[in-house]
Amino acid sequence: MTPASVNPAAASKGFFRRYVFSTDHKVIGIQYFFLALIAALAGVALSLLMRYHLTNPDTKVGWFGALWPDGAPGGVMTPELYLSLMTMHGTIMVFFVLTTAPQSGFGNFMLPLQIGAPDMAFPVLNMLSFWTTALSFVVLLAAFFVEGGAPLAGWTAYPPLSALGAITGPGQGLGQTLWIVSIAIFCAASLMGAINFITTVVDLRTRGMTLLRMPLTVWTWFLTAIISLLAFAVLLAGGILLLLDRGAGTSFYLPAGLLVNDQLLDRRGGSPLLWQHLFWFFGHPEVYIAILPGMGVVSTVLAVFSRKPVFGYRAMVYASLAIAFIGFLVWGHHMFQSGMNPYSAFAFSLLTMVIGVPSAIKTFNWLGTIWGGRIEFTTAMLFALGFVSVFVTGGLSGLFLGQSAIDIYFHDTYFVVGHFHIIMGVASVFGIFAATFYWFPKMFGRHLSEGLGKAHFYATFLGAYAIFMPMHFLGFAGNPRRYPDFTNFEFLADLIPLHKAISHAAYFTAAAQVLFLGNLIYSLWRGRPASANPWNATTLEWATASPPPEHNFEEGVPTVHHGPYEFSVPGAAKDFVMQHEPAESK
Amino acid sequence: MFLAVLLWIFTGVSCLAFAAKRWWFPGAISAHAEAYDRQLGLTLWACGAIFVAAQLLLGWAVYRFRNRGQSVRFSRGSNRLEFTWTTATAVVFLGLMFSGFGIWAKLHFERPPADALRVEVVAKQFAWSYRYPGPDGKFGRTDVRLVNDAAGNPFGLDEQDPAAQDDIVASALRVPEKTPVVLTLLARDVIHNFFVRELRLKQDVVPGMAIPLSFQADRPGKYEVACSELCGLGHHQMRSLLEVMTREAFDEWLREQAR
Repeated sequence: MTPASVNPAAASKGFFRRYVFSTDHKVIGIQYFFLALIAALAGVALSLLMRYHLTNPDTKVGWFGALWPDGAPGGVMTPELYLSLMTMHGTIMVFFVLTTAPQSGFGNFMLPLQIGAPDMAFPVLNMLSFWTTALSFVVLLAAFFVEGGAPLAGWTAYPPLSALGAITGPGQGLGQTLWIVSIAIFCAASLMGAINFITTVVDLRTRGMTLLRMPLTVWTWFLTAIISLLAFAVLLAGGILLLLDRGAGTSFYLPAGLLVNDQLLDRRGGSPLLWQHLFWFFGHPEVYIAILPGMGVVSTVLAVFSRKPVFGYRAMVYASLAIAFIGFLVWGHHMFQSGMNPYSAFAFSLLTMVIGVPSAIKTFNWLGTIWGGRIEFTTAMLFALGFVSVFVTGGLSGLFLGQSAIDIYFHDTYFVVGHFHIIMGVASVFGIFAATFYWFPKMFGRHLSEGLGKAHFYATFLGAYAIFMPMHFLGFAGNPRRYPDFTNFEFLADLIPLHKAISHAAYFTAAAQVLFLGNLIYSLWRGRPASANPWNATTLEWATASPPPEHNFEEGVPTVHHGPYEFSVPGAAKDFVMQHEPAESK
Repeated sequence: MFLAVLLWIFTGVSCLAFAAKRWWFPGAISAHAEAYDRQLGLTLWACGAIFVAAQLLLGWAVYRFRNRGQSVRFSRGSNRLEFTWTTATAVVFLGLMFSGFGIWAKLHFERPPADALRVEVVAKQFAWSYRYPGPDGKFGRTDVRLVNDAAGNPFGLDEQDPAAQDDIVASALRVPEKTPVVLTLLARDVIHNFFVRELRLKQDVVPGMAIPLSFQADRPGKYEVACSELCGLGHHQMRSLLEVMTREAFDEWLREQAR
């Protein structure tokens, strides 16, 4: 048995050109995938440390002390260490997992294949954006190893806390600077990727691939790229202003009269709210950057394994367009309690409720897709169905938070933590898992084990709900988030049992991921070999070998004659019509 | 198949957990909090109904359309259905929102009466301080350069100003019951957040801004004030108390402080 080869036709090139500094979109996609996997392992590990500390705040753990002599003297984790783990967990998960895997990973590998292109429009830029992303990850991790450790201001890095240096806490010195630099580099990488994706979709579609014949995955990657281009540009600008406030003595985010740690600062003229506006102008669209590609994957997987066309394809496209557009108009709902003009809450609340509508349309269409179908419960399908369930649950808690009045109590409580973990975290991760099980045969020429996959799905589905559903009750009780322990308030004592249950659910769910890792490693080498089109699917990536050759299509790019989801078409010879099949075969 | 059963069990367990109210809101102590709870109840029922219907339906579809060798009912969609569910969700979502606007408007746009009790709040890493105008009814001049926590002057009161000499500074917020109160929220260093669960009130406290917050507490008792915006390594210790007192007890306390 040989390891699954990514790129057999490129065998003439040296190792570095083939696997490291490759310009092949498929290799780059896989590089992004594994970067996201490493980041996810780091992010999960951090969350386990956090969950452990929350329910065992005074327990001595020898290796904490060995690992963090300052952060955990004698093995007891300090609040500042907890907060730095939290900051890094959020940053790693949002940027290097949820942004990287669905869009840059699977998007890179599949987008050119699905539109019948030999590669991305700018292969060298593509390589550059991957390595820039990798650099940004290294810079972020470096924050753990500098004086004061990693920053503690959260992934949202609100100034003044993030703008004043070590005076506001350990980790707020060099650690916070590295954090901002890392995010700025990440923005640059994302901008390069976004330009590449947009150009590729606009310019490189094969003959017959009209916009309304594009698979929904292509639509969502395309729209996500447009969102990335607009959103990351703003975050980059905001981040540079924050760096200037820290290093150059400017006061973009700093008002007059700051008295920090008994030190009167000579700053004036800025506003802490400016950062919040810039950050959330990026931050809310970021949610859709994370979830839109998953929506595309789920739509496709539901259709393939129900053997039915996607219900309301056009409605799905329009809903995605609406989400991408309105997604830029709702950032203020993160700021209802921020002190901004309360009149603006009417507009942001209204638009937030409006953006719920296209999300609901998608859910109805997913139900419509499986309704009347013939469902095959592959692991990919289970994760897609699980996605629909968690998307509904997480969307509904959004109806609480989207009302400015109801948000008063829930703002910055565990209700919010439960909400965004379910809708942005679990749903997106389910999309990633569905994509992994669905496309693994195409990417590596082998199948993942379905038995292990199903066990992994059920454990993860149960575990994820067991972690995040109870957090809504913590929110009902008013439990603030970002507390390193719950020992200082009388009302929090009653919630400890619930926190313990959540911690145990987290350990269980994390342990269940071993099933996935084992499956991945085993199947890369020993998985059942895959044919070109093992799922009897219709889109163009299945019209070439598994894995595809260097320029994707051995016999030149195919011409498209059909829509993307022609399943069980009445009168057709078989229950699927591939996009490139000649029109007569219908 | 298994997934269908799992979805139904999960839905049932979730409903039971909500019905049990084991971990729930503390009792409301103001008219605003009661209005909040009504709107919350409405939202809970609406979202709960959608949640149950959607999860049960998903489970049913999974069960009903599992592969038993049946032929597929071909469909590309239905504009009529798209129109129906788009309208229905828009009505429910917007209806919820409009029914909650009143609470927001009352909280933020209703002018408090002129005789409302005025208290200044200053938040710093990691403590709260409260200032009352004292017998003269006037807040004295402050200057950030005079701030001295060790000497008990967290507001930087200027003793040169006669109006400042009788100002009362306290570490807990004491207010009389059934009396309109207007807080002016100030932050000295980073962003904090003033949160009292029983009042259903939460407001960021932002350096450089003086943010007003009105309430009227109707039930005497002691309630915890929790910082709810990450402010640094002592964020989780940033606690103080709101003590709602009877009118007599409050006046007595004021007299004591003024001495």
